[in-house]
Amino acid sequence: MIDFGYSLTPSSTIEIDDADMSLFDELCAVEPDAIKCMSCGSCAASCTAGVFTDLNLRKVLLGLQRGCEEDVLPQLKSCMLCGKCHIVCPRGINTRHLILSICKIYNI
Amino acid sequence: MIFQGKQKIWSDYQKEIPDDHWFYVRSCIRQGFFPGSEVAFLDICRNKLGKDFFETEHHTTCGGIAYHAEALPQETMMTIIARQFALMGEHGYKNYVCSCITSFGLYTEVLEDWRTFPDLEDKIREHLWKSCRRELTKPEYLAHASDIIYKFRNEIAAKAKHRLVNKFTGEPLRVVEHIGCHYSKMFPSKGVGGAEYPYVLAGMIDSWGGEVIDYPERRHCCGFGFRQYLVKANRGYSMSNTHKKFESMEPYKPDMIITNCPGCPYFMDRWQYVIAEQTGKTYGENGYGIPVFTYEEVAGLVLGYDPWDLGLQMHQVAVEPLLDKMGVKYNKKDKYKGSGGKILKIPEFPMNIKCC
Repeated sequence: MIDFGYSLTPSSTIEIDDADMSLFDELCAVEPDAIKCMSCGSCAASCTAGVFTDLNLRKVLLGLQRGCEEDVLPQLKSCMLCGKCHIVCPRGINTRHLILSICKIYNI
Repeated sequence: MIFQGKQKIWSDYQKEIPDDHWFYVRSCIRQGFFPGSEVAFLDICRNKLGKDFFETEHHTTCGGIAYHAEALPQETMMTIIARQFALMGEHGYKNYVCSCITSFGLYTEVLEDWRTFPDLEDKIREHLWKSCRRELTKPEYLAHASDIIYKFRNEIAAKAKHRLVNKFTGEPLRVVEHIGCHYSKMFPSKGVGGAEYPYVLAGMIDSWGGEVIDYPERRHCCGFGFRQYLVKANRGYSMSNTHKKFESMEPYKPDMIITNCPGCPYFMDRWQYVIAEQTGKTYGENGYGIPVFTYEEVAGLVLGYDPWDLGLQMHQVAVEPLLDKMGVKYNKKDKYKGSGGKILKIPEFPMNIKCC
């Protein structure tokens, strides 16, 4: 291989058609709110743990919806289940319950 | 949407292209990249179609590369362009046609700026007079050279010696068309078909017997950009764009790619070599790449020009598999001969991408 002094940047393309969405479908069956999120980010903005860690519920849900669970699930280990995100969610999603269901179904 | 509504919208993106009498300006970089293209264009227009195309040795660059690299202020670029327009007026022409997509985008931008800000036009007129004692004449019509070939595509098809058909299978060749970003993404109404459905190259392919391939990243930039390749450290970004396009088009097994921009054919051609040398991946059949052509080269092949006279030996990706499919006859020994039969140096061949 020749070193040209530059190389390909890894693609950030998400192939939703190729993703295994079976666990997400299972999650939606018990938590229909998983697709109700409109990604406003109120949860992330109000998150106490998010100030000190990379926890961001908006990103976690987007990741799960796109089949990129490996990239986002480790974030949930930082959640303290304080419930502030539940209070601020304009869609009224029971985020604590949703997070607990995600942990159960994705086995984290 | 009702059918008449669709027709109305589509008609907003059609161009009434004048039939004859054009002032032609060349591209700075195409003559180095694909030296046969502009010669073939003028020969086709003048000698095959019998049209009046005038060019002068006094025209210069439009300043596009320096302008987009922020090495040249806008007013300087506008004065350079005003000088080009002045040359057109001095020779008695009103229709201006340029070979380069960057220039086309820039000319369109400048005319639009002058229309929106007449004071700026007056200022540039003054700059032009002070700097070279010339009078600005704005063109009545501005076209890109691919518009001209598009306009006469059926006349070219009527004179065709070869069509875009695989002679081994009788099937139409599968062609990817790639439009330069500055053709219609900046000013959609100035390009045939606008930014969403540009038809300028697809129309040629349809007329000449090929099949246009629609693929997910069809309208993605080739990665040429300006800063993306001017700085060596950024070239990976340029190549990644090209890589994305090739990964997207690969499943559709294209036989060839046609482009209408100076940068697109160059980078889509050369990056295939770099990708092959870095990753071992090739996108054509049997270890070859996918040959990338300018529209003039394809028009030349259709009209029966000798491929080596068209400068196809300057391509990195071998064109011979495509020539074989089209049934174009060529002499392998003449590939690296210059004008008058002068023997040129034979290039070193790459390791991972097959070249004839």
